Amino acid sequence: MTLPTLDLVVLLPQLIVLTAALLVLVVDGLSGARSWLLAGISLVALLAAGAAAIWLSLQPGEPRRLQAMAVADGFALLFDVVIVVAAVLGVLLAYQSIPRISQQVGSYYALLLLAVVGMMTMGAALDLIVVFLALEILSLALYILAGFNRSEPRSAEASLKYFLLGAFASAFFLYGAALVYGATASLNLEAIAAALAGGSRSPAMLYLGIALLIVGFGFKVALVPFHMWTPDVYPGAPTPVTAFMSAATKAAAFAAFLRLFLTALPTAQPTWSWALAVLAAVTMTLGNVAALRQRELKRMLAYSSIAHAGYAAVGLVAGTAQGAGAVLFYLLAYAFMNVGAFGVVAALERAGEYDVARGRLAGLSERQPALAAAMAIFMFSLTGIPPFAGFFGKLYVFGAAVAAGWGWLVVIGVINSVISAYYYLQVTVEMYFAAPAAEAPAAAAAGKKGRAVAKAAAPSPAPEEGKAAPAPLSRATAAAVLAAALGTVLIGVLPALLTGWIAQAVQGIF
Amino acid sequence: MPSDYLPILILIVLATVFAIIAMALPAVLGPSRKTKAKLEPYESGMVPYTDARRRFPVQYYVIAVLFILFDIEVIFLYPWAVMLRQLRLFGLIEMAVFLGILLVGYVFVWKKGALEW
Repeated sequence: MTLPTLDLVVLLPQLIVLTAALLVLVVDGLSGARSWLLAGISLVALLAAGAAAIWLSLQPGEPRRLQAMAVADGFALLFDVVIVVAAVLGVLLAYQSIPRISQQVGSYYALLLLAVVGMMTMGAALDLIVVFLALEILSLALYILAGFNRSEPRSAEASLKYFLLGAFASAFFLYGAALVYGATASLNLEAIAAALAGGSRSPAMLYLGIALLIVGFGFKVALVPFHMWTPDVYPGAPTPVTAFMSAATKAAAFAAFLRLFLTALPTAQPTWSWALAVLAAVTMTLGNVAALRQRELKRMLAYSSIAHAGYAAVGLVAGTAQGAGAVLFYLLAYAFMNVGAFGVVAALERAGEYDVARGRLAGLSERQPALAAAMAIFMFSLTGIPPFAGFFGKLYVFGAAVAAGWGWLVVIGVINSVISAYYYLQVTVEMYFAAPAAEAPAAAAAGKKGRAVAKAAAPSPAPEEGKAAPAPLSRATAAAVLAAALGTVLIGVLPALLTGWIAQAVQGIF
Repeated sequence: MPSDYLPILILIVLATVFAIIAMALPAVLGPSRKTKAKLEPYESGMVPYTDARRRFPVQYYVIAVLFILFDIEVIFLYPWAVMLRQLRLFGLIEMAVFLGILLVGYVFVWKKGALEW
């Protein structure tokens, strides 16, 4: 028999991260918990994987393939970069807070890296089986990460809820894949497209399969009828986990979502784009309206992330190269601004706390001006106010939808952006204009005025605040928030740096 | 073709008939001397009647999960062993990678004390 020739370079970023995950386990097992070493290995590996992805994307010629299973094209590799961004920020955020809640620091980094492997594979997969495999790799790691705070019952609740509903959604995905296979006799995305090119022989089976696939992906990206887990899992999971999974899981799921629907099912587009348009409209509206009434930051950001899944879905509804590029851009911007916002929440959080009340923000601009400024940037960006990344994300997504003739959907999206301004800007108002709440009077008194902005990144609040005070801002957390803020501003000021590259990359999936 | 499924039907009928015979013959032919111990439900030699919600060491879970893990990994070796001659060096390397990853997990659980009772 002839043996397959495996071009493993295709999976180079994944292999780097996988090796690092194993290394973290060995180091953790043999040398005990040395937090800085484990975080260091994870960071180096993630950056190396990002560099490998960029190197691969600069290779001339046809994208390399691993059999008919995975491909290293610009689309997959750019999504790798988005996932690396979220993961690097997630590792930095974890450095301070994970040792506080668990002694299994090594497991945390290993699971995070394994989740990254799955996520990267989602974007590269050319076969429904590989998509499913990647989906399971990332999901299983995230189920455990969500319950990482073992002493907190709500963390366990988050984990169990995510697991049960996630397993259910995986079954939907698998059933959808089986029905598509039944209708087209193939699991390979390109072969499915070829089989459908001449019209489907069993359209009912095909459309049922597509509907079930939408359910499976809709769960992972939290589109509305399938979003029920988000408001419980996001606040229940440890904040660094929430930060990482909110951005990276969305990116990974949308990567496979885009590739599957645009590569394999373009002939069925008139059908699925209507289904998705309705889902996107409902998702944006429900996410934003529910977020209006939240008094706690993580829960508010959870509903906000539902709304953002809706915005990103608008780009997929467009179904054009422009739309796919817009989704990619949106998710990169979202990785910076959302992980950054959760980073600020992590910095404000106190030990053994479930969620951060909005009142905690009152007077933050006095106590920690740099942190408040960063949060303001993230909030403006999430609202979609120029010159931040979120503005261009929305602009491109809505632009693509208008160009494809989805005017009514864009109108709903814009109305939703206005609604969202209320709760995002409320956060800014509380930080800058509200009097400090009664819960931290000592903190306001201790806050030294006129502290240089850069200094505030160093350990700041005074010890007078007492036992319940948030831990001093660690350098790692500060670095994560700073990097996220810089990214948000940079993408917002110079979107042209990326748009050309993205436009070229998405051509590969059509 | 429905006729392709005929052997399955025959198998089902045979299995049912055999089961009925196996149950009926001892009841008819065998002597029946009931004692208390014989009538208790069999549960691996343990006392079968206790409170279902009693405490038992949490290590049971860890050991059970690890057992399932390594058990399934071993089963994976069988098809590989059958095909090894065709797979040649490629198969050997693939399995070395697989076992290497498994070994890392083994070292990890060992060092973390999951195998200590």
